[in-house]
Amino acid sequence: MTAPTPALATSGLSKSFGALGVARSIDFALPAGARHALIGPNGAGKTSFINLLTGALAPDAGRISLSGTDITEMPTHRRVKLGLVRTFQITSLFPDFTPLESLTMTICEREGVAGRMLRGFRRLSHLADEAHALLAGIGLADSAHAITRTLPYGRQRLLEIGVALAARPRVLLLDEPAAGVPEKESGALLEAIAALPDDIAVMFIEHDMDLVFRFARSITVLVAGQVLCEGTPAQIAEDARVREVYLGAHFDG
Amino acid sequence: MESIAPGAGFERRSRLRAGEVLLWLAIAAAPLYVPGHLVLASQILITALFALSLDLLLGYGGMISLGHAAYFGTGAYTAGLLAQHGWSEPISGLVAAMLVAAALGFAASFVIVRLSGVALLMVTLGLGLLLFELANALADITGGSDGLQGVEIAPLLGLFGFDMVGRTGFVYAYLVALGAFALVRRIVHSPFGLSLQGYRENPARMAQIGAPMAARLRLVNTISAGLAGLAGGLLAQTTQFVGLDALGFERSAEVVIILILGGGGRLYGGLVGALVFMIGRDVLSEANPEYWYFWLGLILVLVVLFMPQGILGGGAALLVRLRGRAALGEAAR
Amino acid sequence: MAVELLTLLFNGLAYGVLLFLMAIGLSVTMGMMNFVNLAHGAFAMLGGYLGISLTTRAGVPFLAALPLVFVAVGAVGAGIEVTLYRRFYRSPQLTHVLFTIGLTFMAVAGATYVWGSQIAAMRVPDWLIGQTMFLGLQVGSYRLFLLLVGGAIALALVFGLERTRFGAMVRATVDNRRMAQSLGIDVGRVFSLTFALGSGLAGLGGALAVNFLGGIQPAFPLGYLLVYFLIVVTVGGLGSTLGALAAALLLGLADAAAKFYAPVIASFAIYLVMVVLLMWRPHGILGRR
Repeated sequence: MTAPTPALATSGLSKSFGALGVARSIDFALPAGARHALIGPNGAGKTSFINLLTGALAPDAGRISLSGTDITEMPTHRRVKLGLVRTFQITSLFPDFTPLESLTMTICEREGVAGRMLRGFRRLSHLADEAHALLAGIGLADSAHAITRTLPYGRQRLLEIGVALAARPRVLLLDEPAAGVPEKESGALLEAIAALPDDIAVMFIEHDMDLVFRFARSITVLVAGQVLCEGTPAQIAEDARVREVYLGAHFDG
Repeated sequence: MESIAPGAGFERRSRLRAGEVLLWLAIAAAPLYVPGHLVLASQILITALFALSLDLLLGYGGMISLGHAAYFGTGAYTAGLLAQHGWSEPISGLVAAMLVAAALGFAASFVIVRLSGVALLMVTLGLGLLLFELANALADITGGSDGLQGVEIAPLLGLFGFDMVGRTGFVYAYLVALGAFALVRRIVHSPFGLSLQGYRENPARMAQIGAPMAARLRLVNTISAGLAGLAGGLLAQTTQFVGLDALGFERSAEVVIILILGGGGRLYGGLVGALVFMIGRDVLSEANPEYWYFWLGLILVLVVLFMPQGILGGGAALLVRLRGRAALGEAAR
Repeated sequence: MAVELLTLLFNGLAYGVLLFLMAIGLSVTMGMMNFVNLAHGAFAMLGGYLGISLTTRAGVPFLAALPLVFVAVGAVGAGIEVTLYRRFYRSPQLTHVLFTIGLTFMAVAGATYVWGSQIAAMRVPDWLIGQTMFLGLQVGSYRLFLLLVGGAIALALVFGLERTRFGAMVRATVDNRRMAQSLGIDVGRVFSLTFALGSGLAGLGGALAVNFLGGIQPAFPLGYLLVYFLIVVTVGGLGSTLGALAAALLLGLADAAAKFYAPVIASFAIYLVMVVLLMWRPHGILGRR
């Protein structure tokens, strides 16, 4: 038997804006069911890397494959259909929708009925039911009918994950999922992240090292668009180069 | 909140409400209580239909158009020219008006879906002015600034002639508008309609939930153009005249104002806006037509400042507040 | 043939300079705050009518009326910016469009009320009437005046933006508002001053335009002029002064040439060119964003 196909892999992925190389020949593999953290100092190219993976940016060179399928040239929405889904560092929701509407809309896309013009929701109520069950699963049931922009920030961050889950990802990219969430609201969010199904490969960008070491089983350190090193949390914590990059500051606590 | 079944929100919203039935019955009864104003009533319906076509694009899809009169005028000239050249049967003429306008909308949509912001404003504005100047230049065909003369429409179904009182015209406009509202109602309450509103709420996020929006936006621009053409064709047939103003910037601006005044993204905003606008214009411009634009501008400024959700949105908010107060009052008791 | 071409070039450039003066304020303020001010043409109209009133009713000499118009319209612009526009900077562009169309309609009706709906003309000194020899070319005196005055102001603007402290602040704010703010630039004040300057220039351009266009009417800010402004802004690229200058001169030339060689299709050919240009480069010929 050969090694199992990674859920997501890149080879030689490169992108530069003029003289600034935001991704420099990145070789990367995310195994199925991974809990992987992508860390690095500001400006290391972490968000650019996610943008390359989702197709928001087109690479100058290199390939991207999802469960063995080459998706390098594929438009974003088709990558989502194949199971590559992300969340946003800056909350990107549907302000006047209810959470139920946001998730139902996403499920309609996934089920391929979102282009239907003349079909009412009476015959699609099972999709709304699924959306509701999903919301209940992440603790948002009592906000299902609220208007999104009136929700507290922590609940919006939860909804951000809920919308992504509704697309039924195989690979989930979380861009700083807990950024800016006040401590008293963060409990439900961390629970939701901990409860993500095992069959989803998760990669997250995070600056909060407590979170990184709590959830990650493996870590990639990105510096100036290049992979500096990869390893288990223990290996990364011991790595002298990583300490140098971070000046030790975040690793002491 | 607990008593609401999970998916009930969607079903309830798309269910036909008693108020809607009453509204359409009340409009149908117009010949009974305003028998002398049926021409104005038809024009309100036509304007409402035009505003509805924009609502689909702007109110639901969040895509601005400052040149929607391009489609309205295309429909009007199509219907008018057909009739002028001997094809006087109204229904087929109206269908042709809709199809030609939709075809133009389809062609334009390839440009429009690639743009946003100021560039979108410019291109829609430019498209409208382009057609206006084209119609002006082709005076041999369109009659230029004199308008299209000699538009003769045969009786509807060979039975009901279009008369000066406007009875046939009113019934005709009523049925077409009713059909268009039913169609748009169906569309906005479908999964397609939901994704269209999702695009309005957050265009950038749609691709990330797996939505191929470009194709859908092209489709909705085509439908919107077709409905605008329908409205234009109706105006040409019921008034038996087409003027250059059918393509003018003022008409494009007016329909945006009417929709915003009534409330976009609420299906009946265009109808309410058209009603208030047309009657207001009738009253205010009677005294002094030159200053009508002052009132129009003032209304627009006040709506933007104090009632950004339009009459329907403002009314809904007021209702919520009153209910809240009533509930508080009950609780106090 | 060569004379004809040179005359055409001359007239086109004169018109282009005029368009630049009237539109540059719109370009810079749009680039700075992303505020879509469709009422910009109303400032030009106001300038035109003020100039007419000053020269014909108040008896102010034409050359003295021009700076007065600049200051007065600039002050009106600043007043509107502070009291009305400021609250909309965070609103969606649709709100800007609606609000400023509303203001334009009111301005048009207001001008009809004050100045009537007839075409009004400006009183200019005798030495600006008729033809003059310029570089061996028989040209209209007023157009020559326009080209010289407008060209001088345009050059002063371009250099002012590049070389002065205020110009640097304006450029920094257009470039990146947040960064400018964090560098200690009072963005609100810079914007107010820029807006006043831009409105004043539009007013001055409007006053200069009256005699060039053969008079003005209240519908002035609604007609093709609005579109020409927007063409200058979008084709030139938001906030780019040189881009706006290039676009205005090109547009002036294209307009003059089209009206001369193909008067029938001229009016819509210009829109066609604009749509194609915007498809090709949605952010303008020299635009970055």
